[in-house]
Amino acid sequence: MVLATVSQNTNLLSMQNISKAFAGIPALLQASLEVGAAEVHGLIGQNGAGKSTLIKILTGYVSRDSGEIIFDGTPFQARSPQDAQRKGISTIYQEINLVPSRSITENICLGRESRRFGLLDWKSMHEEARSLMARFNIVIDVKKPLHNFNTATQQMVAIARAIGFKAKLVIMDEPTSSLDEREVLVLFEVIRQLKQSGISVIFVSHKLDELYAVCDRVTIMRDGRTVKTSDMKSISKIELVASMLGRDIAQVSKNATAFGGRKGKIGNVILDAQNLNAGHKVQDVSLSVRRGEIVGLAGLLGAGRTETARLVFGADKIKDGSLKLDEQVFRPREPIDAIEHGIGFSSEDRKLEGIIPDMSVAENMTLALMPQLTKAGIVDEEQQRVIVEKFITRLGIKCSGPGQRIRELSGGNQQKVLLARWLAMNPKLLILDEPTRGIDVGAKAEIQTIVKELAEQGLGVLMISSELEEVIEGSDRVFVLRDGHNVAEFAGKQITEAAVMAAMAHGNKEGNSVGQEIKP
Amino acid sequence: MTEVASVKTNAANQFDFVALLTRHATLVALVALIIFNLIFTKHFVSIQTLNVNLTQVATIVIVGVGMTLVIATGGIDLSVGSMMAISGAIAPLIFLGTAVKINEIHLAVAVGMIVAVAAAGAFGWFNGWLITKFRIQPIIATLVLFIAGRGIAQVSTNGNLQPFKLAQFQWIGLGRWFGIPVQVIIMVALVVAAAWVLRRSLFGRQILAIGGNERAARLSGIPVASVKRWVYCISGLCSGIAGLVVIAINSSSDANLVGLGMELDAIAAVAVGGTLLSGGRATVTGTLVGALIIQLVRYTLLANGVNDDVAKLVKAALIVLAVWLQRQGRT
Repeated sequence: MVLATVSQNTNLLSMQNISKAFAGIPALLQASLEVGAAEVHGLIGQNGAGKSTLIKILTGYVSRDSGEIIFDGTPFQARSPQDAQRKGISTIYQEINLVPSRSITENICLGRESRRFGLLDWKSMHEEARSLMARFNIVIDVKKPLHNFNTATQQMVAIARAIGFKAKLVIMDEPTSSLDEREVLVLFEVIRQLKQSGISVIFVSHKLDELYAVCDRVTIMRDGRTVKTSDMKSISKIELVASMLGRDIAQVSKNATAFGGRKGKIGNVILDAQNLNAGHKVQDVSLSVRRGEIVGLAGLLGAGRTETARLVFGADKIKDGSLKLDEQVFRPREPIDAIEHGIGFSSEDRKLEGIIPDMSVAENMTLALMPQLTKAGIVDEEQQRVIVEKFITRLGIKCSGPGQRIRELSGGNQQKVLLARWLAMNPKLLILDEPTRGIDVGAKAEIQTIVKELAEQGLGVLMISSELEEVIEGSDRVFVLRDGHNVAEFAGKQITEAAVMAAMAHGNKEGNSVGQEIKP
Repeated sequence: MTEVASVKTNAANQFDFVALLTRHATLVALVALIIFNLIFTKHFVSIQTLNVNLTQVATIVIVGVGMTLVIATGGIDLSVGSMMAISGAIAPLIFLGTAVKINEIHLAVAVGMIVAVAAAGAFGWFNGWLITKFRIQPIIATLVLFIAGRGIAQVSTNGNLQPFKLAQFQWIGLGRWFGIPVQVIIMVALVVAAAWVLRRSLFGRQILAIGGNERAARLSGIPVASVKRWVYCISGLCSGIAGLVVIAINSSSDANLVGLGMELDAIAAVAVGGTLLSGGRATVTGTLVGALIIQLVRYTLLANGVNDDVAKLVKAALIVLAVWLQRQGRT
């Protein structure tokens, strides 16, 4: 075996100073990643940190602008994922990319079928598939179509396929996101086996505990850079989170946002959620929002923040738990129910769930208000004009006029239009999911100021943000979520970077224990 | 410096030209066709030519109005031809007294027409229900009725041809009001109504929002499922009306033939008219102009002695051109 000759100390993969820009916007800046032979290497970073771009460059989905890749001792350049696979790099995605209707054997052998006399040699292929699956202690009928098996088994098939291709490096992109706890343990066992047989693994995950359970080293990415690589043993969870978010634990920056100096009184409870549950992404979340209060929802990617917000807004179904709005039981089935009860929700993904690109600024802004703007089914254009012009002035939206198409506006101005969409209906509770993501600094401060003023006037705000300073400086209270549970609640002076980050990293060790007894 | 500047203006001019073409391509084409005919086709300027072309285009436009709304939501309706056949089969069953006996002929015709159109509307609503309830892609969901609809029409008439000669009914296909064919008046009324709905009404706004970004529309409180069901229902109603017009013209109802191939004619008219096939942007008057262009091209070629099969090729080319222009307009 060739692999045996590679010693533990030399690198199997070395990516140096990789840069990549999409349409002029940098996605990777001088990123470097080194993976040793028979090493399990963790890769972690927030949304947009550049993890997937780095992996796509390695696997030949996209080409790099600059930088150097050495794989297995030679310069490496994959033209396509198939090419990468032939050269020894296989990828297992979160969404398993196999052919569900074909048998396990076919899935494992697809693209390298054995032939005898020009015909497919099914006997030897079934035998090979059986022996590959047996390596994971899985004995199954390899002739059955893949869709008969659960996600975990399908994932094993994907890994078996990778091994069948004589992979030296297997990339696993959030492999555990659709597995239950027991299946995760099986996967970890398989990863250890891969390692023993000399195969390296790049393990992408947002779950810190998993990284500690299975990785030898970890590389942390932020804003397109690889900011740190460390032995898993010598880095604490909180250090990991701090580097991910770009914070120095000792240094606490103040007034980085426009939230400072807020006045106004906090009133009675508007929203009270207890033990919300909706599958594995939201398992047990309790929170509350009061009038005039900004409540921050903190947590790492995949902690269940957006999912919780969507439950409150009726965009997803609540399985279990109680939800009260103004002390009345509230069970929204569709967003329209929440809207009619005075809740607004600005989604984290402006393009996918926010703007209607071909519609005008005015039409986008009044979308949620429409029913109030119509009489006998006819839109009152005059009333619409008055409202739209009011908000264009009030929020300082830069556009050529209410009739301009929203797609022509900058990200910040689009975000203001979407904010106006909800403000126009005069809500009592506004849910803001990443309200300042991907917009310039000026617009960011303006939006923060608007939110602050609205809270001063009595609006309740539930704010999700991956920017720690936004949550910390903006919030009156902060709930921290971790793996679908809420693990801590902080109020007033308790809200510090150190405390919030500790809760995000460890769970409830440093924060107040909450669970059942959240009382506003 | 000056050279660079002049190059820039040239590029700008060229761009403007393309932009102008894309924005008004359908109108430009229609005007060009009319001018061509004025010069080359004999007897082009006559009330008769106008009437021939308008009557032939009327059913396509009536169906096209519903199709435009469906496509505006990002969907498609392949079952329009079958729904025409259903409506065309049901109406004679009632006014000829095969299914139920109504002695007063005017009442019989009225009941027949209403029931026929309502049935087509109900089938349309069923399409929308399939699509929203089970999240089936519109092209698949409406394929169900595309296949089964004609069978339903056949079964309900026992496969019989239903000939009739009934002035009380046939005014819808043969009659004239103020010298204008009735179906042309129906066509214009539907176009005006639908254009107004798209522009001014809540319903129109909701249709375009769903076609433009369905997820955003839902999160903004738009009742996506119910809007879609209504849109497919309207498409069914339009098809039902068109079915009546066709059998009135033919003086008979043949479930095998009524509305055959109509789905493609209607989609072609919508596409050529400039409605975005992916949804979110729609023009009903565009559909009218699109249908007129297709009709006029066919007429022009036939009037100048070109084979009808060749005319079909030209129609196909027109659709390709329309889609190409749309893409230009997007980027």
